[in-house]
Amino acid sequence: MATHAGESLTASEGPAVRVEGLRRSFSEAGGVLNGLDLTIERGEFVALIGRSGSGKSTLLRALAGLDRSVSGSGVVEVPERVSVVFQDSRLLPWRRVLDNVVLGLSGADARARGLEALAEVGLGGRDQAWPHQLSGGEQQRAALARSLVRDPQLLLADEPFGALDALTRIKMHKLLENLYAAHHPAILLVTHDVDEAITLADRVIVLVDGVVGSDIRIDLGATRSPGDPRFASLRAQMLAELGVVESVEEEVA
Amino acid sequence: MATTAVEAPIVGAASEKVTDKRVVRRRLGPGPRIPGTLWIGPVLLLGLWSLASATGVLDPRTLSEPWVVVETAQRLIADGRLPEALATSAYRAALGLVIGVGVGLALALVSGLSRVGEALIDGPVQVKRAIPSLALMPLLILWLGIGEPMKVITIALGVLIPIYIHTHNGLRGIDSRYAELAETVSLGRGAFVRHVVLPGAAPGFLLGLRFAVLNALLALVVVEQVNATSGIGHMITLASSYGQTEIIVVGLVVYALLGLVADGIVRFTEGKALAWRRTLESH
Ligand SMILES: Nc1ncnc2c1ncn2[C@@H]1O[C@H](COP(=O)(O)OP(=O)(O)O)[C@@H](O)[C@H]1O
Ligand SMILES: [Mg+2]
Repeated sequence: MATHAGESLTASEGPAVRVEGLRRSFSEAGGVLNGLDLTIERGEFVALIGRSGSGKSTLLRALAGLDRSVSGSGVVEVPERVSVVFQDSRLLPWRRVLDNVVLGLSGADARARGLEALAEVGLGGRDQAWPHQLSGGEQQRAALARSLVRDPQLLLADEPFGALDALTRIKMHKLLENLYAAHHPAILLVTHDVDEAITLADRVIVLVDGVVGSDIRIDLGATRSPGDPRFASLRAQMLAELGVVESVEEEVA
Repeated sequence: MATTAVEAPIVGAASEKVTDKRVVRRRLGPGPRIPGTLWIGPVLLLGLWSLASATGVLDPRTLSEPWVVVETAQRLIADGRLPEALATSAYRAALGLVIGVGVGLALALVSGLSRVGEALIDGPVQVKRAIPSLALMPLLILWLGIGEPMKVITIALGVLIPIYIHTHNGLRGIDSRYAELAETVSLGRGAFVRHVVLPGAAPGFLLGLRFAVLNALLALVVVEQVNATSGIGHMITLASSYGQTEIIVVGLVVYALLGLVADGIVRFTEGKALAWRRTLESH
């Protein structure tokens, strides 16, 4: 994933995402986000980890503009084309797969682009299936196709593989890597899986107490293996940030 | 009374049959459809009626013989009375149905999509719901007279309520996550209604439509007995005063066919429109 440095940054006039002093709270008692600052460069792949309830989804929803009813303040700058992938595929059950992928698109070539996107995520030939006829992994592929067909400058993904089994998840990692290499959007991937974050991202951000607790650059090259000692030490560092003591840490290191 | 003698052996035979418990346990759903089962009951009933008439158990003055009914129907078709009456009644019911469905659907959409709309519409409809449509007839007759408008509006009022209630229910039951999705793919208001609201509310609407069809038929029967000068109801009322049971039965059969055809159309539409659903019905 680290093979893209410098590419397509020349034409840019600034970062893809700029967040300054972002505050969000659901109650008088305390904020979920407490003055968070974050910058994501164009084409940069950032993973966001944090404990359950730490505000990862709240941040992502703020970036997606889905939190109009939430009280808060701060600066949020995002590109024009933003796509969101949720933990559930959120396919409309009453629309066939292709119609879901091109939902809201206009133009004569919309369907052709939809078919292309489906082929790209490995769902060629399933365009006329109903969502319920797809497996969980396939539904998530369709959701990826739906976000990619919009040619996003920023892809927001909230635990997109969280509900999938381990084997399917590994396949989806490969797919996401390939899609990222081909389209190069900026990506903010929310995950609770530290290994997933280290495997996929250029940078991992740990959300602690409503601000960026640490911001860790991953310089492991394109092929990353959990067996790599550097991988293991990154994982230990992140788990420590999350307040988890890893018992097998010594053995690996 | 006499029919019990005919029924008794059948009941006895059924109770002697050993039920295979494994079949019951095999699956929790009702199992695959058995073709033609819909017709077993009616055919059996028809057989009983023929038998009772042929043996003289059933007095023709109480209920005409099935073959007399068939002859009468043929005669009524040949002289054009039945087609004309049917056309009048079907037109009335269809017009009331269309108006009721349109208004009910529009009210449900306005009330389901805006809080202001709900505040204005939901209350009055719930109050109207508590008053049976047929109870409003005296008032409608006073306002509109006994002509076609009164008849069609009475039918429409009966149709409107189930359409509104079930569509509104369906609308409110749509997962809000789909609204969120619509926002992330920048759907406009119109596209949102077309892609999310209408299909999401369709199961509720179609359920409402089945009730609406029944209500339309019920209202049709009642309005046609109030000073109707045409239609199936008029034909029946006339036959009643002359003691022509065969014509009454023909009228009843036509009402039944109207109901069955309408219900069949709704079911067929349901099957087509809700193909995306996995339910006990389809598996
Ligand atoms: N709509 C909401 N109403 C009230 N509280 C909420 C709402 N959404 C999230 N919260 C609260 O905000 C906190 C952060 O939630 P969230 O961003 O979903 O966490 P994460 O995604 O990191 O698990 C949690 O304590 C949660 O209970
Ligand atoms: Mg979350």
